[in-house]
Amino acid sequence: MSQQQDLRAANKRVVRKILLIVVGMFAFGYVALPQLYNLICDSFGLNGQAEQVSKAAAGEVKVDKSRTVTVAFSSIVNSRLPWGFEPQVKEIQLHPGELKKVNYIARNLSGSDVVGQAIYSVTPVEAARYFKKTECFCYTQQTLKSGESKDMPVLFMLEPDLPENIKTVTLSYTFFRADKYAKSN
Amino acid sequence: MSETMTHDTHHDEHPSGIKRWLFTTNHKDIGTLYLWFSFIMFMLGGAMALVIRAELFQPGMQIVDPNFFNMMTTLHGLIMVFGAIMPAFVGLANWQVPLMIGAPDMALPRMNNWSFWILPFAATMLVAPMFMGDNFMSGQGPAFGWTFYAPLSGQYDKLAFFVFAVHLLGFSSIMGSINIIATILNMRAPGMTLMKMPMFVWTWLITAFLLIAVMPVLAGAVTMLLTDKYFGTSFFDAAGGGDPVLFQHVFWFFGHPEVYIMILPAFGIISEIIPTFARKKLFGYASMVYAVASIAFLSFIVWAHHMFTVGMPVAGELYFMYATVMIAVPTAVKVFNWATTMWRGSMTFETPMLWAVGTVFLFTIGGFTGLMLGVAPADFQYHDTYFVVAHFHYVLVSGALFGIIAGVMYWLPKWTGNMYNEGLGKLHFWLTMIGMNLTFFPMHFTGLAGMPRRYSDYPLQFAEFNQISTIGAFIFGFSQLIMLYLIIKCIKGGEKATDEVWEGSHGLEWTLPSPAPYHSFDTAPEIK
Ligand code: HEM
Ligand SMILES: [Cu+2]
Repeated sequence: MSQQQDLRAANKRVVRKILLIVVGMFAFGYVALPQLYNLICDSFGLNGQAEQVSKAAAGEVKVDKSRTVTVAFSSIVNSRLPWGFEPQVKEIQLHPGELKKVNYIARNLSGSDVVGQAIYSVTPVEAARYFKKTECFCYTQQTLKSGESKDMPVLFMLEPDLPENIKTVTLSYTFFRADKYAKSN
Repeated sequence: MSETMTHDTHHDEHPSGIKRWLFTTNHKDIGTLYLWFSFIMFMLGGAMALVIRAELFQPGMQIVDPNFFNMMTTLHGLIMVFGAIMPAFVGLANWQVPLMIGAPDMALPRMNNWSFWILPFAATMLVAPMFMGDNFMSGQGPAFGWTFYAPLSGQYDKLAFFVFAVHLLGFSSIMGSINIIATILNMRAPGMTLMKMPMFVWTWLITAFLLIAVMPVLAGAVTMLLTDKYFGTSFFDAAGGGDPVLFQHVFWFFGHPEVYIMILPAFGIISEIIPTFARKKLFGYASMVYAVASIAFLSFIVWAHHMFTVGMPVAGELYFMYATVMIAVPTAVKVFNWATTMWRGSMTFETPMLWAVGTVFLFTIGGFTGLMLGVAPADFQYHDTYFVVAHFHYVLVSGALFGIIAGVMYWLPKWTGNMYNEGLGKLHFWLTMIGMNLTFFPMHFTGLAGMPRRYSDYPLQFAEFNQISTIGAFIFGFSQLIMLYLIIKCIKGGEKATDEVWEGSHGLEWTLPSPAPYHSFDTAPEIK
């Protein structure tokens, strides 16, 4: 009989250990993986995420007049957001190191107030880490009253050590409806 | 199932009729339940596949609505993976692991009952929304593919059904795995060291650990979808700062080990059968164990080969490419060992051996196409085409499913006490073999020519190959009824099986009488 009891105790130990693994792996999936994902994307400049820098820091960068790069602007509106949203110009030419400002224009086409959130990406992805913004409407949620339209400025530059082979960089925004996540500010 | 008691007459009271099956804690009963459940799901998933193939017989829309077609592809995949293949392996483990290690039952018999009886409820929850439309064609079953990528799956009205079905399936798998691990670690007969365990037991031990590690991650993924939809989180919703690509990482972190969960026990079965019918010992036992362990380890670090086209940095593509093709090394070790086991053996080709050899052949084709897909720059052409469909059906149908059928044929005489009809067995094998290859081989060509997967229609240029596939699928599907008939016939009667059943059999299960008594190994056998 004591052999039976030993076995039962051994089985209990196995169950307990495995349940620990199960709980741990659930936490790994639900909590740690998303954090890890964001951490890795941010620290390697993946996901076409461009970094924000201060205006002062941007002003100190030396402009490389020897070459010009085309920056194209694109805009997408998610189908659930009843807005019009377009860049004022389709593309501009600039020198690496030069600080430029462009405007997007957004207009609420619906009969009610709507909160939107813009998500940006930079292609080619290798260019993302050289793309620096000092100001962008995408850093905060935007609220437009019914029928209201608004200029949305972006201030940005390309760092001078942008690889030579990159001649065109596209900055793309997608505007999503964000009422669900509206922050009171 | 016979209830004869041979050497043990105490505690032989057990309820009969439906109660026997509802309340049973006997590993053989539960194994039987799992196997029948799996067969029913196999028929259901198979019927869905035939709807898909019937629609694709010709270009244009003939039989079903596009949404219904999407429901069929989604449910076919989910039901085959979680309803047919995985429960069949757990059923085989329930029957065989105690018999092969000389244990009287599973370590946790009551939990065993639970892990089975959760399954029918989970399957019902998964399928039920299909019947919630105004009419059959407008059913509301899941229609976003078995990989349920966000953000599409997040827009599904009946998401909660889906999420809780997956949770239940996860509970069932985890409880089943705990049981198998506890049984193998604690209940081996004296003298059976780990390195003396039969290969089937080894592969299941490793598979159980894989399940323990990744089923909770799958639960995490569906929970994120659930909280995104109903509780205001935004894991995958860009508007709230989330990212749909994260979903793919979480899913495939589960998904790639999952595909090995579905193949490793089949490797184990093959490694039991080939030595028996080659009448030789398994070549390279230790290397087989290490190969399975390294495949299991590698399966955790290659997941993003399913995501080469999401826009990963080149370094990521390279890493996942090299890691992926590295899996071919331990896999090839296994294939070479099977071939070497057969080399100069005195082979006979009874039905289980036919299935085993067929598995080795066709699985290897799937392995090769896997290598092609693993080459990142090439995958940009193959991704989401029928080439991928061909690849995973060669590894899952002619790997996992054929392995299961091989195991069932191999052990059926031990379970029922009767030999099955060899003629029927061979007929079933050859028809399935022809049907399988007719169905899936042409998909390599349609895929390479650019036919995308998961569409209910296609351009005229693909018509011939699709017609061949459809004809093959119907041959394949209806041949499975032969197996049903064969199994029922074998349960009902037939030539009596000897205890050894096969001339070259080896291992503890063959020392028991056929059929294996309801309670076996009450006193543990001694292993030299
Ligand atoms: C040599 C070993 C293998 C390699 C290198 C390999 C590689 C790959 C790659 C790269 C893909 C992604 C293709 C794409 O979506 O573009 C893939 C898909 C897949 N593989 Fe494999 N594979 C191997 C073995 C297996 C095995 C053994 C199984 C299952 C038993 C399996 C099941 C699958 C499944 C189900 C998919 C498709 C998933 C989906 O998108 O629905 N593979 N494989
Ligand atoms: Cu994979």
